[in-house]
Amino acid sequence: MLAIEVDGLKKRYGDLQAVDGISFSVNKGEVFSLLGPNGAGKTTTIEILEGLREKDHGAAKVLGLDPWTSGYELHKMIGVIPQGFKFLDYPTPREAVVYYATLFRAKVDPDELLKRVILDEAANIWFQNLSGGQKQKLGMALSLVNDPQVVFLDEPTTGLDPQARRAVWEVIRKLKAEGRTVMLTTHYLEEAEELADRVAIMDHGRIVALGTVADIESKFGSGQRMTVRAKDDLLRYLKDNTRLEVKGDGRAVTVFLRDKADAMVAMGAIEESGAEWDDLTVRRDRLEDVFLRLVGESGTEEKGSD
Amino acid sequence: MRVYAKGNLRSREGFFFTLVFPIILILLFGAIFSSGGASQVRVYAQNFDNGPAGAIFLSELNSTSHNCSPSYNSGLCLVMVQNSQNLSQYLSSKSSSDGIIIPSGFSQAYATKQPINVTVYGNPASTSSAIVSGITREFVSSFNSYGVNGTANLGVTPQTAVSSSYKYIDFLVPGLIGFAALTSPMFAITNLSSTYRRDKVFKLLSLTPLTKTEWLLSKIIWYIGTTCVSFILMSAVGEFVFGAHIALNWGIAVFLVLGPFFFVSLGMLVGTVSNSPESAAVVGNLVTFPMMFLSGTFFPVQSMPMYLQAVAHVLPLYYLIDGLVNVMIYGNFASAYFDMGLMLVISVVTFALAVRFFRWRED
Repeated sequence: MLAIEVDGLKKRYGDLQAVDGISFSVNKGEVFSLLGPNGAGKTTTIEILEGLREKDHGAAKVLGLDPWTSGYELHKMIGVIPQGFKFLDYPTPREAVVYYATLFRAKVDPDELLKRVILDEAANIWFQNLSGGQKQKLGMALSLVNDPQVVFLDEPTTGLDPQARRAVWEVIRKLKAEGRTVMLTTHYLEEAEELADRVAIMDHGRIVALGTVADIESKFGSGQRMTVRAKDDLLRYLKDNTRLEVKGDGRAVTVFLRDKADAMVAMGAIEESGAEWDDLTVRRDRLEDVFLRLVGESGTEEKGSD
Repeated sequence: MRVYAKGNLRSREGFFFTLVFPIILILLFGAIFSSGGASQVRVYAQNFDNGPAGAIFLSELNSTSHNCSPSYNSGLCLVMVQNSQNLSQYLSSKSSSDGIIIPSGFSQAYATKQPINVTVYGNPASTSSAIVSGITREFVSSFNSYGVNGTANLGVTPQTAVSSSYKYIDFLVPGLIGFAALTSPMFAITNLSSTYRRDKVFKLLSLTPLTKTEWLLSKIIWYIGTTCVSFILMSAVGEFVFGAHIALNWGIAVFLVLGPFFFVSLGMLVGTVSNSPESAAVVGNLVTFPMMFLSGTFFPVQSMPMYLQAVAHVLPLYYLIDGLVNVMIYGNFASAYFDMGLMLVISVVTFALAVRFFRWRED
């Protein structure tokens, strides 16, 4: 059964077509990640699904409900952390959980819930004194008070240090293990690689790639690549003396390998060139390489996402 | 220096408090205090005299306002009261403190140069009473000097309206309660409504089963609580430190509920129309400050020039303070019912508008 269904969804702000006819669906129990540069339309999409914004065209259903018209019903079944989650300055996490549970008329053991998001050690510290990671974990805790079937996490780790990020990942894995559906937006590609069952890459309001990370890597990736640290003299030598596809930036030279024979030719040519080189690596295209190719390396810094 | 100056002037709140606010203050206070006697004062008068002198005296007094000409901004406007009325009680029913009684035998005493006094009711705290007393004393002394051999036979007996003597503090307490009911919700709610929007707390709340109406009601209940506490504290300080007379009755409670109800709703409405905390603060201040000074909080409205009195009568806080003065000082419930009804109507309307226009999710 599907937790989220989106078909031909569109949303325009003035001249900006923020979401331009996207379609996808998310299965129950799946971790689905929306990737994309700032301004790609991730937050708009997720806010339409949460019932915070009205769509212009198309269909959007969460747990079979229209988020805009049936928001009151839906909000009892979903959990949300908005982008840049903030709370009032003075409540402690414990008080915040109790308050939130009251709003949902939910019976929750605040200490147990805080333990689940690994925040029990900070249960009685004022919100304004929490670290960034602790604040995000409180957001997680609040989104869980109503025992939601679907959890929306909008950039839950933006601005966190690597340790805090890993702690948040830990919580997301637990959510999946508990059988909840997780909709995650992020612009950290490794986060999607670590957590997501499937990803959709968005750019300028459209979905440019959709599937598992491995699917996308093999569909849009170029296969193996060999990189050596070397100056452009090696690049010129390889261009002049082989038919290999090469690329260089003055510090490193990359050879795109179509088959195993290419690897042997490349090794031989590098040796013959007499150029100085070291640090040879061979690897497959990662999600990051595909991402940069799909959304363009220059297109990553555009208008903010909300 | 330059960066600070630019930042200060670019933030609308900084601009407001640095440049606009002082101008508002000088305009307000200038207008209030430059009036001096430049305002017509309504005086309730009784004439117990059976000769002509009393009537002449009163008609001369009335001519100081060109016989109550609405275009004339000073002098006394006399309103005659039937002699069967008790003037002190009558003043209470009109929530006024200014009255004049010409005693019986005034003409006779005047003719025979026997000493006799005109009774002037007034409130020592009110500048309008000072005007009445000043003008009357002037007239009394000029009446004295008609064909006289030097001795003054006419005098003035000052009387305070209402049975016991009321002091400035007695008028200040209701004013300050109104002030508290105005300022704390207005400042807090306008600020809160825009910072909650900026910090997406409203977004967060919109994702819970809490409704906007419930949320706004919770704020109203809170500020009714704080206003009641501040009423108790102010009454205690007024009573025990300054010897104010606080008469407790149910009418006070009505205003302690309606005041915060209205101003929380108004604050929410103001916060809703402005999109940043800075502009919310500016709009909030523009609404709050004129009310703060023109509604009778610190100075009685009656002492202000006519055009400012006209302004005061469209300010909601005026009716709150007027109502509190009516129930706390004059026990004049007939007038207080009007204030209560009006406050109730505008509160309900403002609350409905605030709920209608305040959105916590976007389109």
